[in-house]
Amino acid sequence: MSHGELPLFYVFHFYLFGIIAIASAVAFVTRKSPVAAALWLVNTMFSLAALYVLLDAHFIGVIQVLVYAGAIMVVFLFVIMLLNLGHASDIADARGIGWKLAAGLVGLALLAQVFALTRARVPEALALPDGTVAEQVAARGAIAPIAGPLFNEYLLAFEVTSVLLLAAVVGAVVLGKRRGSADAR
Amino acid sequence: MLAESLFFSAVLFTIGVVGVLTRRNAIIVFMCVELMLNAVNLTFVAFARVYGVAGQVFVFFVMTVAAAEAAVGLAIIIALFRHRQTVNLSNINLLKG
Repeated sequence: MSHGELPLFYVFHFYLFGIIAIASAVAFVTRKSPVAAALWLVNTMFSLAALYVLLDAHFIGVIQVLVYAGAIMVVFLFVIMLLNLGHASDIADARGIGWKLAAGLVGLALLAQVFALTRARVPEALALPDGTVAEQVAARGAIAPIAGPLFNEYLLAFEVTSVLLLAAVVGAVVLGKRRGSADAR
Repeated sequence: MLAESLFFSAVLFTIGVVGVLTRRNAIIVFMCVELMLNAVNLTFVAFARVYGVAGQVFVFFVMTVAAAEAAVGLAIIIALFRHRQTVNLSNINLLKG
C-alpha cells in the first residue's frame, strides 16, 4: 500500500506503537531487576499486538496478547518469583565494559546487515494487489483466512506441532521432577 | 508500511542480540531470545500483508515453538538453579575451555 492513501490516524498510531515497542525493548535490556525487565517485555509484546492489528492481522494480534503476553510471560514471571530472583542489588548482572563494547559493535554490524536485507529487492510479481488481505478479512472474518491454509496446505506441519508440544510437556515434567525423592523413579 | 515494519523488526532483533551478549542472568537472556522471535514475527506479519496470508500461519508455528521452548527452557533453568543455587551465567562454566 502506498503512503498517499493511508490516513494520518493510521500512520500516527503505527509509528506510535513502533516507538513504544522499541523504547520498551531498550528499557527491558537495561533493567537490573528481572521482574521489571519482564514487565517491560510484556509492554513490548502489547505494542507488537497493536502493530499486528494495524497490519490487518487481527487474529494474530489477539493470539499475541493471549499466548505471549498472557501465557509465556506469566510462566517467566512465575519462575523469577519461584527462584526468588527479584532483588536487583545482589545480582551483578550486566557484563563488563569490554563485553558491552563488543556487544555494541556486534549489534551495529547486525543492524547494518539486517538493513541491507530489508533494502533487498523483493519480487514484484509475487505481490498481491493492494489491500487483498484486508478484503479477505472483511469478507470472511479475521480467522477464516488463516484457518483455511492452516488446515489444508499446512496440515502436516500442524500435526507435527502437536507432537512437538507433547514432547515439550513430557520434557518439562521430566526436567522439573526432583531427583532422589521417593516417587521419582 | 512494509519498510517501517522491517525497520522496527530489525531494531528489535538487534536489541535482543545485544541483550543476549550483555546480560548474565539466564532468565533475562532467555527473554531476549523471546524478543528476537517477536521481531521475526513482525517481519512475517508485515510480509503477509503484501504476499498473502501464509506468513500469518507461520507466525502461529513460531508462537507454538516459542511456547514449547519456554516450557522446556524454564524447566532447565529451574533444574540448574536447584543444582548450582544460581542462574548467573558466569558461574555456570563447566564447559568453558
